[in-house]
Amino acid sequence: MSQFSARNWREYPQRYRLEASKFKKSGKTYFPPRDIDPETGDTEHEIVRLPDTGKLLTYTVIRIAPSQWGDEGPYALGVAELSDGTRVMAQITDCDVEEVKIGMEIRVEFRRVQSEGSAGILSYAYKFVPKWF
Amino acid sequence: MRDVCCVGVGMSKWGEVWERSFRQLFVDAATAAIKGSGVDHLDSLYVGCMSGGMFIGQEHIGALCADYLGMKGLPAAHVESACASGGISVRSAFFEVASGASDIVMAAGVEKMTDCSGDEATQALAGAADQEYEVFHGATFPGLYAMMAHAHMNAYGTTSEMLATVSSKNHDNGAMNPVAQYPFKVSVDQVLNSVMVADPLHILDCSPITDGAAAIILTSEEVAKKLGKPYTKITGSAVATDTIQLAQRDNMATIGSASIAVPKALEMAGKKLTDVDFAEMHDCFTIAEIMIMEAIGLYEPGKAGPAVMAGETRLDGKFPINTSGGLKSKGHPVGATGVAQMVELYKQLTGQAEGGRQLKSSPKVGMAQNMGGTGASSVVHIMEVV
Repeated sequence: MSQFSARNWREYPQRYRLEASKFKKSGKTYFPPRDIDPETGDTEHEIVRLPDTGKLLTYTVIRIAPSQWGDEGPYALGVAELSDGTRVMAQITDCDVEEVKIGMEIRVEFRRVQSEGSAGILSYAYKFVPKWF
Repeated sequence: MRDVCCVGVGMSKWGEVWERSFRQLFVDAATAAIKGSGVDHLDSLYVGCMSGGMFIGQEHIGALCADYLGMKGLPAAHVESACASGGISVRSAFFEVASGASDIVMAAGVEKMTDCSGDEATQALAGAADQEYEVFHGATFPGLYAMMAHAHMNAYGTTSEMLATVSSKNHDNGAMNPVAQYPFKVSVDQVLNSVMVADPLHILDCSPITDGAAAIILTSEEVAKKLGKPYTKITGSAVATDTIQLAQRDNMATIGSASIAVPKALEMAGKKLTDVDFAEMHDCFTIAEIMIMEAIGLYEPGKAGPAVMAGETRLDGKFPINTSGGLKSKGHPVGATGVAQMVELYKQLTGQAEGGRQLKSSPKVGMAQNMGGTGASSVVHIMEVV
């Protein structure tokens, strides 16, 4: 799946800056951003930045990875609930995959996520790391 | 709407069918269904297929299939809803007959998954998830269901042994199904000792990659009576969706779309869950079968795993699930699966299930639950004896 050109830069605001949409009527925040609030049908919203701490609701360790991720495996992937209640899926890094567990406190950091094809175009976005401080 | 009858079913060989092409697999299943039903023509054709484009570079599947069935000119269309494409095909054909627009419609499903590398197949399947916010981060389908499994284990104490028992039970049934890809028994220990794909799911918790096709023929009751062969009725059809992304769900330990679709299908059929005698469920991963059992209200949350361990869903149990062998043993050519579930309901309800897997209880009502992605779609049908 090519990450080149428009598709790549269109996703920068979410991947680089954790931008979410916050709706006026319900006060709810959605990540990735939505144009319509599924609860109210409201379209009036502002772009906000997500908090960068939270805890893991669930996770897995992917031990058989597609070749694109071959040199990364095994790697941990999880869903975290951030401190404002929004939920985000990302890889968990900077720790032994065997130590990842549900309830673990995490911090969201900016990291290299993958390289595109054999030319190795780098894609950056957020990953979770254990929250030590 | 008028009553819709199922008058014939067919399946191709399922497995790594290197000697048959995509179109040949379809023709094998379609021809068997036509022959079995005795119809002399079709009014219309639907073909469920998840991703002919990514698996073999083939689109425009409706026309391709009608052409190679020797029926150019036939109205035909390809329908897609990821792994629930087959269910959507059945539903499309159901409404075309129910509306009175057509009298004889084929619902087929086909997928050719071994003409590409395992990696390419994984990529194609990943299209059922959210490319930008799941797959980009390294999510695979086993990985997504593994996260659901961990959430379920954390909430209810579900164990790997419970998951393995689902796999073993489905292999017991599939061992009696002549078209199953893996028609042999697998023990709980074999599942638990198989390689870990994504914690806590072992390779033998996962349905395989399969080539295969299935087809059923739906008609008005007037046509069904004239054909003079055993027929059943489809009395309920429902579909529901959920968020495409797992992370967006309030509860990641259930299948919300099944919780919506099953009661709707039952209501349409005028039935209660307690009227249903057996079911085919979308066990793409062992945890899925457990979650569906709970999502539809068959068991309280956390009680499905123990029920599987107690044998309640075995062939001789009080509510048999996946008498065909399920996706795990029978195979999972994604676009064909939802149609093949209906093939099993038809066989069980007409007393034609082969190999010793025919239910002894003379079932009257069967249910099929076909699912796309991590449950972002569920298609449910109720089939009854006449």
